[in-house]
Amino acid sequence: MDESLSFFLSIAPTLLAAVPVTLTLTFFSALIGNSLAVPVAVASLSPNPLLRYPSAFYIFVMRGTPLLAQTYLIYYGLGELLPGTWVQKSFLWPYLRDGFWYAIFAFSLNTAGYTGEILRGAIMAVPKGEIEAARAYGFSKGLIFWRVTLPRAIQICLPTMTGETILLLKATSLASLITVWEVMGTARQIQKVTFRVYEPLIAAGLLYIIMVFVLTRLMIIVERRINRHRLAPV
Amino acid sequence: MDQASLFSLLSFGPDGWGMRFVEGLVVTVEVSVSAYAVSLILGLIGASAKLSSSKIARGIADVYTTLVRALPELLLLLLIYFSGADAIKFVLSLISEDFEDFEVDPFAAAVAALGFIGGAYMTEVMRGAILSIPNGQIEAAKASGMSRFLTLRRVILPQMLRYALPGMGNLWLSATKDSSLISVLGNTQDLLFMGYRASAVTKHYGFFYSVAAILFLAITVISMIVIRLLEARLNRGYK
Repeated sequence: MDESLSFFLSIAPTLLAAVPVTLTLTFFSALIGNSLAVPVAVASLSPNPLLRYPSAFYIFVMRGTPLLAQTYLIYYGLGELLPGTWVQKSFLWPYLRDGFWYAIFAFSLNTAGYTGEILRGAIMAVPKGEIEAARAYGFSKGLIFWRVTLPRAIQICLPTMTGETILLLKATSLASLITVWEVMGTARQIQKVTFRVYEPLIAAGLLYIIMVFVLTRLMIIVERRINRHRLAPV
Repeated sequence: MDQASLFSLLSFGPDGWGMRFVEGLVVTVEVSVSAYAVSLILGLIGASAKLSSSKIARGIADVYTTLVRALPELLLLLLIYFSGADAIKFVLSLISEDFEDFEVDPFAAAVAALGFIGGAYMTEVMRGAILSIPNGQIEAAKASGMSRFLTLRRVILPQMLRYALPGMGNLWLSATKDSSLISVLGNTQDLLFMGYRASAVTKHYGFFYSVAAILFLAITVISMIVIRLLEARLNRGYK
């Protein structure tokens, strides 16, 4: 047991060094994915079939196929297409060989599909009276969307988005399969080097539990801040 | 390579990958169905434990659902896969030395791991569904002299199913997608593993991963149709 503990301590610095990688993956994927979700949701509610059908199809494909298949398709598929084109000569190439950016790309597209569907429901749930009131004040269509519909929709679906963000944090472990050394990938690397099966996985699991716990707390603070007008005055 | 020859790679003959992909599809469906069955059993046990009056049962169920939902599926899969295999080997080695080089069937280990993960989410779905049955119904069953088991079979289960179906449907769709994770174990011939093999051999990564993705999409479409039919059937008394 004592020997096991000292082993945990010996691998802790390596694993801890990978935590920022997991967190950056989560942060950028959430940022890009949730931003992309807005046009996806708006298009899926559009009366124009040329916007509505592609958006519905996009949501369907992202939710209907495994994220791992999407990640492989983007990493290996683009890796097959890009070399030999102008991209290889551009300044972006050093970045484009790195699995990290493919992982962010894949997770963002996936998040855009899932959040797009959630946001779609939330936009439909915005009370009609609020939009009518904004119209009565002479708000333009764009202003109504940015000032009334979108903020209210985000407020409505925030608890669901919290859950989605935690799922995303856990899903970033798939990046280990396309050579990104985040927490999961580092744990597997330690497994291979030290021939220990359990300790690296258990240590990584503890780190994930801590990250999920902290992220949940943070999102509760955000939820409270956004709903502060509805809370009883202290 | 032009389009026609790309598709010839998918032929069902000895040189094509068509038949391998069909086999992969079958394995993926088999793993998903078995893992889902395991998660249904664990979900029912977990929900009963969460609603029981025993503090120990509630505590164990809480730890189970909290841990599983806080850990990445991939990590859990590897952890259960390795530890399950080691545990079985250990037990067998106690029985006899003949089992020294016993190998755990990768299919069974993968099913156990995926079922264990799904069971935690199923526990929450079933707990919610049992709680949505009006209390009066259970009291009425008791007043009519039904035994506890009869109440479960005639009153709770049939009504619970109606409330649980949307959640259970979502979990089935997750189960089919999560089953793709077993491809990383490297010894299961599932759909994504076939995509991996075919693209590694032919170097047509984009094409073969797209084929795998389209087949996953087909599973989703068929599942969604079946779920919708089941929902219509279970809600037939509430129109």
